[in-house]
Amino acid sequence: MAKKEKLLDGLAKFNRVSPVVNVLFSIVFILGALACVIPLIFVIIISFSSPESIATKGYSFVPQEWSLATYAYLWTSKEVLGKAIGISLLVTIAGTCLGITLNGLLGYVLSRSNYILKPFFTYMILIPMLFGGGMVASYLIITKFLHLKDNLLVLILPLAVGSMNVIIFRTFFQTTVPEEVIESAKLDGASQLLIFARIVLPISLPAIATIGLMLCFAYWNDWFTALLYISNKDLYPLQYFLMKMEQNIQFMKQNAMLIGGALAEMASQIEGDSVRMAVAVIVVLPIACAYPFFQRYFVGGLTIGAVKG
Amino acid sequence: MSRKEDKKYKKKFTRDDFELTLLALPTTIWYLVFSYLPMFGVIIAFKNFKPIKGSGFLPTLFFKSEWMGFQNFKFLFSTGASFFESQTWWMFRNTILYNIIMIALGCIVPVTLAIMITELYSQKLAKVCQTMMFLPNFLSWVVVSYFVFAFLSQSKGLVNSTLTSMGKETVGWYTAEAMHFWPPFLILLNIWKGAGYGMVVYLATIAGIDQTLYEAAIIDGATKWQQVKHITLPMLKTIIVIMMIMAVGRIFASDFGLFYNIPKTSGDLYPVTLTIDVYVYNALTNLGNIGMSSAAALFQSICGLIMINLANLTVRKIDPGSALF
Repeated sequence: MAKKEKLLDGLAKFNRVSPVVNVLFSIVFILGALACVIPLIFVIIISFSSPESIATKGYSFVPQEWSLATYAYLWTSKEVLGKAIGISLLVTIAGTCLGITLNGLLGYVLSRSNYILKPFFTYMILIPMLFGGGMVASYLIITKFLHLKDNLLVLILPLAVGSMNVIIFRTFFQTTVPEEVIESAKLDGASQLLIFARIVLPISLPAIATIGLMLCFAYWNDWFTALLYISNKDLYPLQYFLMKMEQNIQFMKQNAMLIGGALAEMASQIEGDSVRMAVAVIVVLPIACAYPFFQRYFVGGLTIGAVKG
Repeated sequence: MSRKEDKKYKKKFTRDDFELTLLALPTTIWYLVFSYLPMFGVIIAFKNFKPIKGSGFLPTLFFKSEWMGFQNFKFLFSTGASFFESQTWWMFRNTILYNIIMIALGCIVPVTLAIMITELYSQKLAKVCQTMMFLPNFLSWVVVSYFVFAFLSQSKGLVNSTLTSMGKETVGWYTAEAMHFWPPFLILLNIWKGAGYGMVVYLATIAGIDQTLYEAAIIDGATKWQQVKHITLPMLKTIIVIMMIMAVGRIFASDFGLFYNIPKTSGDLYPVTLTIDVYVYNALTNLGNIGMSSAAALFQSICGLIMINLANLTVRKIDPGSALF
């Protein structure tokens, strides 16, 4: 195999695009990559600019003066911000665990080829992919029937299951878990739950990682559910907190005034917008640092999910 | 459902089937509550729904509120002299036009980029660029709206301060003054956010193409362009078609976050930013008009269902192998 590849090297070299085209393509991709990253860097720079610099120069890539004032200011309202971070973390962890369990269970059931109700459940997951009740009907069911408005559960439950995730699990179990292993466990008297929990799950870590990460990012980035169903400030997740910053800044300023002294002075100087940028940085940074290491799992999931049927 | 199970049980419902049904139960309940109940809840669009004290939501919805036929839908088709100035017209026009352009570009750009990136000499550069271009996919529209604000803010934004330093007048980007700037900008943002994801999907498929096809083509003297046209694109066809059918099914839906958060819900910009989802949300939360918003939402769902079937039917007629179902 290695020898064959070596032989082909010459062919690959022969088949390359011309150096000029390569330079052109490289420029396109470098520009594209920068366009994707620069806005983030810009916002980070703004959050580290001093209030005076922003007041005189506006937002700039080269502020007159660097400062940690915005973050020091945020630290004074760490309780409010901390609460939002706590809610987001809780929702993300609980939602991811629940999502893996629910999607995985149905995915496993659908991967059993001789299961008698398989067609029924297959239709059950396919129909919602084509038709949905829409925003209004879901809103009424959740608020009027389930009474979940301003309840932490509303941030967790609606996002937990997705037909695509079930299909990814099903395809993974079908293709990678050997039928013989399950059959022999059955002969030994294991129940399906035991087989799923003790045999199937432990050898399906790649699929769990893929779905888990997708769910993780989906929960961490979710603001829409909170927009519809959460009005209690104590339950704001981080993304929604950021969205509602305009009101929060007033609140934080009052907070600082109450503490008084140097803090109050600082609060009057600090511009609301730069505080928002700092919160945006706090929201994004964990994602921006984490995703390069996890992206191969996403790629894995995408290719499994793309398998038809 | 239980009756159905009993019936099967009499036939050959084994212990195994029973256990599997139990395992499927939690997820089934989720589907019933969060997916199927709202589906039946759409009848609300044909009803004059008012909450009744002392009566549960479902009895109220299904039995106690009066039918009013298509009354709720009337506003969607009310044609008047001012129809082309109405929000109804804006939301339909915007949703469909934006979607057509975004579907087309959302297919062309990632496919082109995916093919281009495989041609780069330096695989390291390709990997780094691809990773960086994947970043926007992981950001929420709320965060992106702050990114945009840093550039477009009226008083402090980078664009306006650059304009000032060049001796030009500043522009109120979030006001009606910049109306013509928003459509191309929103489309650009959509591509910016989605291109990295699309690229990864197509790259994965390109990586799976049998290399001997290319070797044979090279030996036959095929140029790079001919290889792309006769090998890469045909091999990508199935996945492109699947993505297209799914996208066409969503032609009446819009990315709520993009149209709601990025223009900072500026009413001035509604002629170019109002889409069906934003309209439904506003009608539901600001006006509290359940009849109107549910009618618009149902209309959207039905159109989506029709479109995805039409798209699939068309594909099946042309090329049965590529159809989604």
